[in-house]
Amino acid sequence: MLYEDEKNSWINLNTLDAHLMSTGRKIVAFAAVLSLTACASSRPAVTSDIHDPYEDANRNVHAFNLALDRNIVRPLSRGYGTAIPEGGRQVVSNVAEHLGLPADILNNVLQGDLRNAGNNTARFVVNTVFGVFGTGDMATGMGIPLRKTDFGETFHVWGAGEGAYVELPVFGPSTSRDTVGTVLDFALDPVSIVLPRPESYVGTAATFADQLGNRYDFADAVDSVLYESADSYAQARILYLQNRRFELGVTVEASDVDPFSDPFADPFAQ
Amino acid sequence: MKRRIFLASGAALALMPASAFALTTGEARVLVDKVVTDINQVIASGKSINGMVRDFEGIFKRHADVAWIAGSALGPDARRMSASQRNQYVSAFTKYISGKYGRRFNEFKGGKIVVQNAKKEKNYFRVETVADLPGQSPFAVDFLVSNRTGKNLFFDLIVEGISLRLSEKSEIGAMLDKRGGDLDALIADLRKFG
Repeated sequence: MLYEDEKNSWINLNTLDAHLMSTGRKIVAFAAVLSLTACASSRPAVTSDIHDPYEDANRNVHAFNLALDRNIVRPLSRGYGTAIPEGGRQVVSNVAEHLGLPADILNNVLQGDLRNAGNNTARFVVNTVFGVFGTGDMATGMGIPLRKTDFGETFHVWGAGEGAYVELPVFGPSTSRDTVGTVLDFALDPVSIVLPRPESYVGTAATFADQLGNRYDFADAVDSVLYESADSYAQARILYLQNRRFELGVTVEASDVDPFSDPFADPFAQ
Repeated sequence: MKRRIFLASGAALALMPASAFALTTGEARVLVDKVVTDINQVIASGKSINGMVRDFEGIFKRHADVAWIAGSALGPDARRMSASQRNQYVSAFTKYISGKYGRRFNEFKGGKIVVQNAKKEKNYFRVETVADLPGQSPFAVDFLVSNRTGKNLFFDLIVEGISLRLSEKSEIGAMLDKRGGDLDALIADLRKFG
């Protein structure tokens, strides 16, 4: 959720991007569209300033997420990382990404991005056929890298501003726009819709396990943010917002609001 | 008073001919090539984490505008520092930042950074590099370069859009708040991170 490719995250902030919801899809989707309309109509301009009107509530959620990570996610990720060797975790990761491709393609198309839609479609075909149903990844080596996207990005392309900063329970840092996006990522996931139960849970389970794998692989980086920062809430917020804006190609003008951003100004000058 | 002098020198700088404003895209790239070569050496050295942290501190001191990064991360509070506080703070910040990010280089083992492209932005240069680590997709690391001190130095490091300066501004601000705005306490605690 945070990075173009979760595997490349230097600092992976996601507490857990588990696709936990499965019921009430349509109702949720409808509600999401309604709230999107609300957030699209406000659309504040993005500055380097952080728009965090729900900070108190967000901090409570953050405390919950920290407890969740400390007591459940981190121990679970250690168990997973120790029990399953790297090769096995890579297969799980491949499957999670592979089954996410139809949703990526759907969003590529909704964004009018036919180039990446073509790329991801080719990737899906290649890895289904030569990667044995997506357990292996032949496509990357053939120059067809994953072009991960999501509904949050689609709304961005459609003109929705990021809105307020939001920390979601379990999912971690987000924005009003990306919260709606995340809900739709579940509700409108083609794989979950098309496949019968219980096969439709394979993608969800793989994603869940892959997130545990990421938590394990990037344990030092995540721990340093969550447990070694003076204010882990503020760190998670600034890291997430910068990275998400980078991902979406949103440029932020800092120098007008921040006199300390001019590399030629002496910050100590009195 | 000092502010006026500072403004005047700023104006003088702006009036200087372009040649005096010596940094060019090529030179910015030369600096980052050096930094990247040094970093790649550290990664390949197979040293212990502590060794890497020490090496990284050396790279930081040689090639980064450490005083600017430290002051900018502190924000307006930098202006109420005495000269001795300022020196202590910059040195403590250097230790802190080297420890924090030097440890990260442990994850870079077996990988390397490759310089891609350099371009001018406002009054500084952005040199784009890609970090290619085993088992991960390559990711973008940009070096922002200026010559405020007369030397070409990098003053920010941006990893996948995440600015070291902005992230540390948030963190240093939080640390100072926790210590009730006590700059000496902040300096003492930063030193412990080294």
